[in-house]
Amino acid sequence: MGGPFLPLEIYLNVAISGLLTGLVYGLMALGLSVIFGVVRVVNFAHGEMMTIAMYLAIVLFASYGLDPLLMMIPLAAVLFVLGYAMQMTMINPFIARPEHSQFMLLLAVAIIIVNGLLIAFGPDAQSVQASYSFDSFALGPLIVDATKVYAGGAAILAAAALFAFFRYAPIGRAIRACADNHTGALVIGLNVKRLYALTFGLGAACVGAAGSILSLIESVTPSLGPAYTLLAFVIVITGGLGSMTGALLGGILIGLTEALAALLISASAKSMVSFAILVLVLLFRPQGIMGKRLS
Amino acid sequence: MAALLAVEGISKNFSGLRAVADVTFAVPEGEIFAIIGPNGAGKTTLFNMIAGVFRPDTGGITFDGTRIDGMTPDAVCRRGIGRTFQLVRPFPALTVEENVMVGALLRHPNLSSALRRAHEVLWRLDLFDKRTQPASSLTLPDRKRLEVARALATEPKLLLLDEVMAGLRPTETDRMVEILKKINNDTGLTILLIEHVMRAVMSLAARILVLHHGAAIAEGVPEAVVREPAVVQSYLGAEAL
Amino acid sequence: MMKRLLHGVPLHATVLLALLLAALVVAPAFANDYLLTVLIVILYFAYTGQAWNVMMGFAGQLSLGHALYVGLGAYTTAALYVHFGIGPWIGMPMAILISVACGAIIGFLAFRFGVGGVYFAILTIAFAEFARIGFDHFSWVGGSAGFFLPVANYSHDDLMNLRGRPAMFYYVILALTAVAFLLCHALMRSRVGYFWQAIREDEEAARSLGIDTFRYKMYAILISSGMTAPAGVFFAFYYNNLFPEQTFFILRSIEIILGPIIGGVGTLFGPIIGAFLITGLAEVLQELLTWYGFDPPGAKRVFYGLCLLVVVMILPHGVWPPLSRLLRVDRETERTGDKAEP
Repeated sequence: MGGPFLPLEIYLNVAISGLLTGLVYGLMALGLSVIFGVVRVVNFAHGEMMTIAMYLAIVLFASYGLDPLLMMIPLAAVLFVLGYAMQMTMINPFIARPEHSQFMLLLAVAIIIVNGLLIAFGPDAQSVQASYSFDSFALGPLIVDATKVYAGGAAILAAAALFAFFRYAPIGRAIRACADNHTGALVIGLNVKRLYALTFGLGAACVGAAGSILSLIESVTPSLGPAYTLLAFVIVITGGLGSMTGALLGGILIGLTEALAALLISASAKSMVSFAILVLVLLFRPQGIMGKRLS
Repeated sequence: MAALLAVEGISKNFSGLRAVADVTFAVPEGEIFAIIGPNGAGKTTLFNMIAGVFRPDTGGITFDGTRIDGMTPDAVCRRGIGRTFQLVRPFPALTVEENVMVGALLRHPNLSSALRRAHEVLWRLDLFDKRTQPASSLTLPDRKRLEVARALATEPKLLLLDEVMAGLRPTETDRMVEILKKINNDTGLTILLIEHVMRAVMSLAARILVLHHGAAIAEGVPEAVVREPAVVQSYLGAEAL
Repeated sequence: MMKRLLHGVPLHATVLLALLLAALVVAPAFANDYLLTVLIVILYFAYTGQAWNVMMGFAGQLSLGHALYVGLGAYTTAALYVHFGIGPWIGMPMAILISVACGAIIGFLAFRFGVGGVYFAILTIAFAEFARIGFDHFSWVGGSAGFFLPVANYSHDDLMNLRGRPAMFYYVILALTAVAFLLCHALMRSRVGYFWQAIREDEEAARSLGIDTFRYKMYAILISSGMTAPAGVFFAFYYNNLFPEQTFFILRSIEIILGPIIGGVGTLFGPIIGAFLITGLAEVLQELLTWYGFDPPGAKRVFYGLCLLVVVMILPHGVWPPLSRLLRVDRETERTGDKAEP
């Protein structure tokens, strides 16, 4: 039972822990935002794709003892290939189709992933117990889980790599040009189809990395996929659909509020609070915190 | 007699850019009135303010004795202003007659009388034979006429046409001009059109308003307006009539 | 009445429809318990799909939270029955009222504030999730531990209290489905129906024709949520147990929309054909899997997902449009057949 009379350190501990988890959520949401910003498709299988990465991380750890923090890069690569292939084969023909049609396609993918994982791994929760799982850092009166510090740090690294890619890499710039002006990109001869596939791959790579990291701090079941998708939506809509910084900020905000809501109200209230934030944002600032107003 | 449509000193800015500046004009009942001007002159913004899409920053629009500026597009239509879109937007999954019937249902809540009304309009617009085709299967000239038919079916007192001739070949333009003239003649419908195709404007409009950089630079009968130096310089000169 | 309903429908289509109805009416006499259960599930999804179709298929508003209205209908009548002994038929108007009130709130918020498309879909999910978490803590109706209706082995059917054997439930859901079909048929060929279709096709163009789109979108969500509530009443009294985790879960909402999407969004027969196809095929698959001794928990849903994938990729408008052309009962043949020149 929580309550307002706990010592301040506890609130701070929970807030820091929520903030660090929020960074990982932010990385996941970053992928959704990048995909939407460029391809203009809402990836409704986003959380499900992340659970794939989480299970892969768990399998790699259980079978070969490979640390999820190191596996972040190979798993990002695996998901990149998956995303690239999905965009090339399935989603590209849907670019010009109505919104709900795209939505159904990805919903189908989501259903297949959730239940495919259910067949493969069963319904029970699984997680990674790394050697440092119970370590913690003491910072004066504050105690922070080592895992969460590593996880938050890894998420920042991955996000920074993505920002750098879009800023400095020629392909990254081409993708941004394509996002700003689709027809313009066509005119100057960019291969839009390939850029879309690259972008979807990058978005998927984000969830690959995020999933790998998250396997350290949260246990996973197949049915968590839709919950993560919803979480990614909440974050991205709060931060501003299509805005990269918005996704990260939204992740931190949601991570923080969920952690504090769990402490102050009850564990099951945390998603209620984030949905309340979502509803308020949708109604009063539909462009999100960092987003430009959509026409 | 008072004008059917009176636009008084309306302006509109978009993030600091002045799209329409202090434009005033009036269209008497039964007249065909054209607004011309080079691209980016503010014609479509002006049009959208009359149709209720944008609220003017300043000034007022009076239609049939009531202020309509700031009304929603649907309320403007119910007051008696029908409009077409520059890029035609028929309801693609509906048939031609269903498209027009949706318009007719505004004044004829009964389905069969709306359908009858739709058929009458389709006859006028030479689309009756294609009435059971899905709208998505029509060619551009047919879609342009469907757009007019749908607006007409709402039984407007004023018809706003946004570049209905654009993209049509000369023979099709002439066909559209003939149809509009005939409707104006037969029913006394007032028409306000934004148009690039001068050939159509010259043969249709009783009066013309010329916009340039958002401001009205000339108004009058076609023959006089096209000779005004300001007009020649700004518009006709640039586009080499 | 019949003449008006059947106006413009080709004769052989009427005959086909009558045959289908007759087959469904006599089915319990020939079907065993298992088949009857499957038919009940099919009709349940045909009914809810029809109700959802009013919003998405007719008016173009994608709701992914219809489990909310099912759940509200279920919990309202179940609570009235368990706590006050009020029968389901008297409880039903109350259930509809509560559902419609919730639909009104969601619709008002969304449509007033211009929330559309995918954003609207997410908003509907959010409200269903609110309900799920709220009911988890609502101890008057059992909270997360579930809410149960008294069950006994019934030797006779008590239609007034919806207590009885599967055949009675079968006829109840068949009647509901038939009423929903007729209602949707009437709506589709009405002024409201055409305005909805205009909004679905192009909202801005619809407004330019004088259609108050806010009002008509509200009508769509009010009718759709009201139609969905009785499915909840049926659900509660047929299954006799309600868990917030299951009743309001997003997968419940998705199950509702699968039928109409596979059958054909915006068509009258789509939700019915879709429900038959997806439930029927899933049962066949289940049988086959059990036969081969391989029966993992998610297999049926993987199949749902694959069906959905194949249909949206190959038949973007669902199964019904091509099927209707095959049976020659589509609207084109109907039109050219009976309209004379004026």
